[in-house]
Amino acid sequence: MKEVWVFAEHDNTKISQTTFELLGIGSKLASDLDAQVCAILCGHNMESLAPELFAYGASKVYLINSPHLQTYSAEPHAIAISQAIKAFDPEIALFGATPVGRDLAPRLASIIGTGLTADCTGLAIDEDKRFLQTRPAFGGNLMATIICPNHRPAMSTVRPGVMDKLARDPNRTGSLELFTPTIDPLSIRAQVKEVVKELKESINLTQAKTIVSGGRGLATPEGFALLNELALAIGGCVASSRACVDAGWIDKSRQVGQTGSTVKPDLYIACGISGAIQHLAGMQESGFIVAINKNESAPIMNVADIGIVGDLYQVIPEMLKQLRDLEG
Amino acid sequence: MRIIVCVKQVPNTDEVKIDPVKGTLIREGVPSILNPDDANALEAALKIKDEFGARVTVLSMGPKQAAFALKECLAMGADDALLLCDRAFAGGDTWATSNTLAAAIKALGGADLILAGSQAIDGDTAQVGPQIAAKLDIPQITFAIELQLKDSKISAKRQTQTGYELIEAPLPALLTATRDLNVPRHMNAALLINATETEVPVWGLKDINISEDETGLKASPTRVIKSFVPPLKAKGKIVSDISAVIKELKAKRLIGGVSS
Ligand SMILES: Cc1cc2nc3c(=O)[nH]c(=O)nc-3n(C[C@H](O)[C@H](O)[C@H](O)COP(=O)(O)OP(=O)(O)OC[C@H]3O[C@@H](n4cnc5c(N)ncnc54)[C@H](O)[C@@H]3O)c2cc1C
Repeated sequence: MKEVWVFAEHDNTKISQTTFELLGIGSKLASDLDAQVCAILCGHNMESLAPELFAYGASKVYLINSPHLQTYSAEPHAIAISQAIKAFDPEIALFGATPVGRDLAPRLASIIGTGLTADCTGLAIDEDKRFLQTRPAFGGNLMATIICPNHRPAMSTVRPGVMDKLARDPNRTGSLELFTPTIDPLSIRAQVKEVVKELKESINLTQAKTIVSGGRGLATPEGFALLNELALAIGGCVASSRACVDAGWIDKSRQVGQTGSTVKPDLYIACGISGAIQHLAGMQESGFIVAINKNESAPIMNVADIGIVGDLYQVIPEMLKQLRDLEG
Repeated sequence: MRIIVCVKQVPNTDEVKIDPVKGTLIREGVPSILNPDDANALEAALKIKDEFGARVTVLSMGPKQAAFALKECLAMGADDALLLCDRAFAGGDTWATSNTLAAAIKALGGADLILAGSQAIDGDTAQVGPQIAAKLDIPQITFAIELQLKDSKISAKRQTQTGYELIEAPLPALLTATRDLNVPRHMNAALLINATETEVPVWGLKDINISEDETGLKASPTRVIKSFVPPLKAKGKIVSDISAVIKELKAKRLIGGVSS
């Protein structure tokens, strides 16, 4: 049976959300190809993480086991997975377009000599069983659909937050296959000396149901206090455009857009954000969009379900007042 | 110490306009610029040159006009420049492009350190850097936010989702720069005058010892079969009554349970 591979990203204790999204789209592609979706779990004695991969849709888990794979590093991972690819010949291999996937997949594709499509936002199988990979280019101004006709596996990195995961089913099981790669220690030249987690608080914009996002229209970093108040009142997370991140008003982890997070909340409230194409790229799939902007012709108004034309410093306090009145 | 910096001339994607009728990009009149991350890569090379001494070569593959971007690099302080320009190189995906650049680096005699921008703003792939590293079989450090050179090793911080990794690699190595790595210097007036008068050398297929089948479209595993302008959502309504907005959000259950 043909196989669609999904690279499982983990930190030795848990599998990343992006991996579950890949298993979601991977299952869909696999069923259209009469193939099965398999997770590639690299590490040292990591079989304890396999059940979670089955729960999110993997039919098979390849356990690629080696002490050299204990922490993520491009060289040993690329060597190990290239050996597994040669041994099992998958049709498709998917990676998250994450700092790990975007480091590993290009090196691997280069070693294998196959095609790799970056940062895909759409993946499908057409009637001719071609694997269509769609991705934004030119800063999101243009979309391109790309195929990899003659080389296998066809490889893609997939933008986090875009694909839907399957509902978790802890009763689902699958087969486990052990693969032991041959890694010459001398081939590992770059050494990871330290892995530092810096995020002050764990915010997960991509999972948020409600987002209140601020842009340069806030005019001062203190503006985020007002957004916090609104977010608190409606149970949301605060995010930002890149302009505010560049100005040092808010941490980079809050940035929405092409070079930040892609978010799909039920409600996105854009406050003082013009709606540059790079920002839209990260939020236009939101369920419902409210834009607060002084300028009626700002591009954000083109994607907003409701546009409120006005000064956010008047509009938001008024919203807060209304919310309090309702609470009454 | 020899440093090669790979740079690309790109259209300024902030100014790209779309033809609403044909649904295509209007490229005319869009200014070409040095890809922003590449300027950070060059700055990293120039800092090493300032501190330890190094020969910094800038390398670009592209059309004749890309020589302008290379001259900008010379005016910032690069020692020499090389443009790869040949019809055979055209239409390449990242596999073919990295193959061409890696072949040119070999033909230049290799380097101790190869630097590139993390990603170009037109293609946005971030693939060419690590693919060059793989083809030269040297270690890579991608998405670097800090870089130090000591005892012929590089030590760099690599941006991750939750923070960073500190990575050490022996030379030769390849590193890709993000915009957080440094602040690129301005062009120097005297160097700019020199650069303007410089003829940037151009190499073609025969100079880099690969065959026509190993570069450009012919060597590309991927094919673009369609391109289109992303559909925008239907425009919503403009509302001025804020209580109506709150009511609508409540009715749609997008906010709610505020009190409960
Ligand atoms: C390669 C590249 C990648 C990028 N990636 C991203 C990305 O991931 N995310 C991102 O966001 N951007 C990104 N950008 C930047 C993007 O192009 C824009 O510059 C940025 O999004 C603008 O941020 P902004 O909307 O906050 O600011 P501006 O464009 O300055 O807009 C401010 C808005 O606030 C309004 N305003 C002002 N005062 C008020 C007020 N008192 N009340 C209400 N409204 C007010 C104005 O009318 C205006 O519409 C990228 C750019 C490049 C080149």
